[in-house]
Amino acid sequence: MQIYLPIAEISVNAFLLLGLGGIVGVLSGMFGVGGGFLMTPLLFFIGIPPAVAVATEANQIVASSFSGVLAHLRRKTVDLKMGTVLLVGGLIGAALGVWLFNYLKSLGQVDLLVKLCYVIFLGVIGGLMFVESLNAIRKTKSGKPPARKKHNWIHGLPFKMRFRTSGLYISVIPPVIVGVLVGVLAAIMGVGGGFIMVPAMIYLLGMPTKVVVGTSLFQIIFVTAFTTLLHATTNYTVDMVLAVLLLVGGVVGAQFGAILGAKLKAEQLRILLAIMVLVVCGKLATDLLIQPTELFTIGAAEGH
Amino acid sequence: MRSLLILLALLAAPLRAEEVVLGLSQDQVSISTNFDGSEIIIYGAIKRETPIPMAEPLQVIVTVSGPRVPVTVRRKERRLGIWVNVDSVNVDAAPSFYAVATSAPWNEVISDTEDLRHSISIPRAIRSVGAPMNVAEPQAFTDAVIRIRTENGLYALKEGAVDLRESTLFDTAIDMPANLTEGDYRTRIFLTRGGDVVSMYETSIDVRKVGLERWLFNLSRQQPLVYGLLSLAIAIAAGWGASAAFRLMRSG
Repeated sequence: MQIYLPIAEISVNAFLLLGLGGIVGVLSGMFGVGGGFLMTPLLFFIGIPPAVAVATEANQIVASSFSGVLAHLRRKTVDLKMGTVLLVGGLIGAALGVWLFNYLKSLGQVDLLVKLCYVIFLGVIGGLMFVESLNAIRKTKSGKPPARKKHNWIHGLPFKMRFRTSGLYISVIPPVIVGVLVGVLAAIMGVGGGFIMVPAMIYLLGMPTKVVVGTSLFQIIFVTAFTTLLHATTNYTVDMVLAVLLLVGGVVGAQFGAILGAKLKAEQLRILLAIMVLVVCGKLATDLLIQPTELFTIGAAEGH
Repeated sequence: MRSLLILLALLAAPLRAEEVVLGLSQDQVSISTNFDGSEIIIYGAIKRETPIPMAEPLQVIVTVSGPRVPVTVRRKERRLGIWVNVDSVNVDAAPSFYAVATSAPWNEVISDTEDLRHSISIPRAIRSVGAPMNVAEPQAFTDAVIRIRTENGLYALKEGAVDLRESTLFDTAIDMPANLTEGDYRTRIFLTRGGDVVSMYETSIDVRKVGLERWLFNLSRQQPLVYGLLSLAIAIAAGWGASAAFRLMRSG
């Protein structure tokens, strides 16, 4: 069934969009990633104009994250206090990111920068997670107890706060910085930023994996809602029809994802996410390295 | 002044000899939610007060053009191992959609001078004057616009697609793809003899979004904040709805 998208101004198959939304929703519920890093390139691929894809994707992430976070709230795996601290940083970061994005746009080459950002971040994070979780799986198999959390420089910082749900007593500075960085990247790359935040929470802040997913979703809702409003009011690129189709599939998928995630072991969850991140990274890298079949692209006119 | 008028009248006289009476299967294309492209039948007759001139056979050209908007064309090149945009050309005006149908092979229906005068063929319909001096082959950029849009079904040259009977009745079908933009689609019919345009008729097809599409589009431009908040409200409602439905399903 073909459906015409009023803002994107193209006609696409409705079932294809529902399916894509569903798959990305499952990932969202399972890993606590918004799924934007996967969905945005997929939308480019089916011919949605990039500006519309990025803005609409932000709107869809709000829905799938909200659905996911409700499931996590019931299981009490959301650290609201930590989420709020991250959110404060996230909103500052998103505003900074939009400013940076527009500055780079005026210099040209913003597309390339976005793609390079993707390749570098996905590659580094995917690689690190893959190696780390592989080691963790080997250790549990050989029967050794997992290593105790080490105290590092992070625990020496001031403004300490107790995060009961995470079982942490740390300074608020590292979470705020993580929030800012994720906000900047989210605005530049047009994603929720969960794929960066989840590893940062696990490895940098030392939060328990089960709490990380729900907390990340909680923060993503607000950052992507903020981004959606920015896009809708400045670029008019949020396509409501496209968003509804994606989010109907997405919210259903997110529920299944949360159930699946609860059944899998933390290490398995992490290694799956790592593989997925590496696959997307590989695809984007080859796109940059292999000669494209069409060297020319048509874009909306810019000032002379 | 009078002599000028007489001159104009003389010039206009041959044009009046044969005139187009036109019909369209629809003069409006409504883009609704299930819009999946459209086919417009353009038909008509040639009205004349004198017998059919025998000198050269009459030919018909039909063009349909979407709104002409400026575009930026970028070219990629390999730099440090990766493919990046290296240069760009602003094309001053390129129609978003352009279809040409003729009653015979191209070089039999119109001469180059007439094509240039009326901007009929696809390359002539695109106007590009502002190529910067440092760009090696500016023509390659305009060619790219034609190539990419032809592949997407937005540009088409269909030679022999106009059916002409007894030099009097003609008809053709123009396919409009699903990825259509809004606007007035300028439709022109040229009658030619021996490569010269003897008569021209112009009308327009109105391509408009209707219903929900219209409403959403207007809201997004006129009340962007309301539109954005509505998008968010739908997202939150859908997220909550799915969550509640699943809880019911599992408890029940």
